[in-house]
Amino acid sequence: MALDDMEKKLRPPEIELKPYPPKMIKLASGEIMVVREARREEVGALLGTVYPLIGVPSDYYDIVAVRMYSEILGWYRYRVANEFVLVGAINGVIAGIVTSRHVHAGLGMSLHTMTIKRGLRVGAQLFAAKMEHHIDILGEDEVWIVAESPNGFKRWMIEYQLEDRSAQFPETRHELGGVPTFVLTKKLWNAVRDVKCTGTRPVPADILKTADKLIMPTDYPQLPGFKR
Amino acid sequence: MARVGIVGIGHTRFGNSSEYDLADVLAYAATDALKDAGFLEHRKEIDQVLVANMASGLLCHQSAVASAMVSRLDMEPVPAELVENGPASGASAVKLGYMAVASGMADVVLVVGGEIMRKVTGWLATDVVSTMLDTETEYNMGLTLPGFGGMFTRMYMEKYGLTERDLALLAVKNHDNGIKNKYAHIQATCTIEAIADGPEADVVNNYIAEPLRMYSTCPVSDGAAAVLLVNMDSPKAKLFAKKPVRIAGVASATDTHCVHNRKDPLQLNAVRIAAEKAYQMSGLTPKDISFAELHDAFSILEMAISEEVGFFERGKSYLAVRKGETAINGKMPINTSGGLKSKGHPVGGTGVSQVVELVRQLRGEAEEGRQVKDPKYGMSVNFGGFGNNVVAVICAKD
Repeated sequence: MALDDMEKKLRPPEIELKPYPPKMIKLASGEIMVVREARREEVGALLGTVYPLIGVPSDYYDIVAVRMYSEILGWYRYRVANEFVLVGAINGVIAGIVTSRHVHAGLGMSLHTMTIKRGLRVGAQLFAAKMEHHIDILGEDEVWIVAESPNGFKRWMIEYQLEDRSAQFPETRHELGGVPTFVLTKKLWNAVRDVKCTGTRPVPADILKTADKLIMPTDYPQLPGFKR
Repeated sequence: MARVGIVGIGHTRFGNSSEYDLADVLAYAATDALKDAGFLEHRKEIDQVLVANMASGLLCHQSAVASAMVSRLDMEPVPAELVENGPASGASAVKLGYMAVASGMADVVLVVGGEIMRKVTGWLATDVVSTMLDTETEYNMGLTLPGFGGMFTRMYMEKYGLTERDLALLAVKNHDNGIKNKYAHIQATCTIEAIADGPEADVVNNYIAEPLRMYSTCPVSDGAAAVLLVNMDSPKAKLFAKKPVRIAGVASATDTHCVHNRKDPLQLNAVRIAAEKAYQMSGLTPKDISFAELHDAFSILEMAISEEVGFFERGKSYLAVRKGETAINGKMPINTSGGLKSKGHPVGGTGVSQVVELVRQLRGEAEEGRQVKDPKYGMSVNFGGFGNNVVAVICAKD
């Protein structure tokens, strides 16, 4: 994309973020999922993975997919400040994606978590990786989180026992439309990190290589009969 | 007494059916069973419908589901009643259906069991199931079924030397079966390294109620199953498409409602007595049983029940699991369906689902890779409360 003067005006000011060091997790199935930051040039595979789920109302995949699509596109086109995208890949095939945004040194804004491969707690692992990036790597004091589906509410608000700041509206107002804001503080994260967050670093080169080229899933448990 | 056979089986895919109405899910399983029996067009000739359900009032804000299901199937005026016996509701309904046919009061009985549990959070579902505990001394003290499962497992470990790894081995075995079962909720394998031995196992297989972990606890499931019972000595028996699988023995027993009133909480008296009565009724012994479906809401229960019904010595079943004796090709295949661990546990439907699996195996209709070789007799144990109300069923291929 040509960076003309107008384009410069359209882009938000950005803070250079510390990179998320890749890690690998052996899932219950024995499959190894590499969790790493997505690269901007991988936007095609990411958007292509999310797109079919826009039409899936079950478990609120539609709203999460359509918002994540726009977040990934916004990140690619430099329209969201300080956004990062983490991806979980099994043999290169995208198993899940998370999006999030660094607001400032003290605050992170969790955007969305999408599980593609279900039944192995892929989403739980990627959400934990996102929190790890916010608090342990970027050094933020807290992360604001909302849930747009009952599954999200069960996994994050209940399991992490997030602090409910919905009564502090509008002072505490998550960027995603004003739904009740919950907060993962550093103290809460320290209390749950050992039981929620795992992974091995460094990732051996041969395993990291399996995730070097992201592959779109050919089928989806959410879309019976779908074939790419 | 008339001989009672099963001529039709039906089953929904267990998992998340929370967007559906319970009566519809029950009707789906019932239709499946009626089609299997070639009796769908004759459904108004059924003498009795029994619907097993534990907690639709609390989980779905819905009552009188037997009436609703009969209406869904346009079966009026066939009589229909609800059977509630906690997580043993399903096998209790099978037992009552058996009694109706064996007594001569009915020739054809449709038994359907099911539950929709995922309309509510897992926490609320756990709370609802826990209401079957003693109100004063257990439920009000904060006890839950996973809590009991954890305490029971800890006691068993201390007494017999069971390890968490043994529980994981059992999960691996049941998931290996479940992935081949088209009706199973969790259709994924797990490996011993990932859930027990590896560095990430603590998080991948997190504690639910220590020492029970996620992979030693059943999922919260929706689903339904159905069986069609017939008087094998009646002329009506010839109306059905498939040869009946005979119910050779069915019995139930109770134990103290409060677990702390038991002399030895590790002894599951109701399991032992129900099994003994079923053996006596069938003229069989544990050695005659070809395979079994045992109520592994928590993995420890599969092991403890397998001892109480006489398959293994007390405190030795985990050694059999280590040797692979309970795998499909082992000496005593257990939970060929994947069990509650992998197939799932929609509480009111589980007992009927277990009997459906007995029939599938005895007919030779189980999927490739999980079909027991030439089975003659299958046994199921459906466990209610924390062992305070248990039903055992033995089916025979004559």
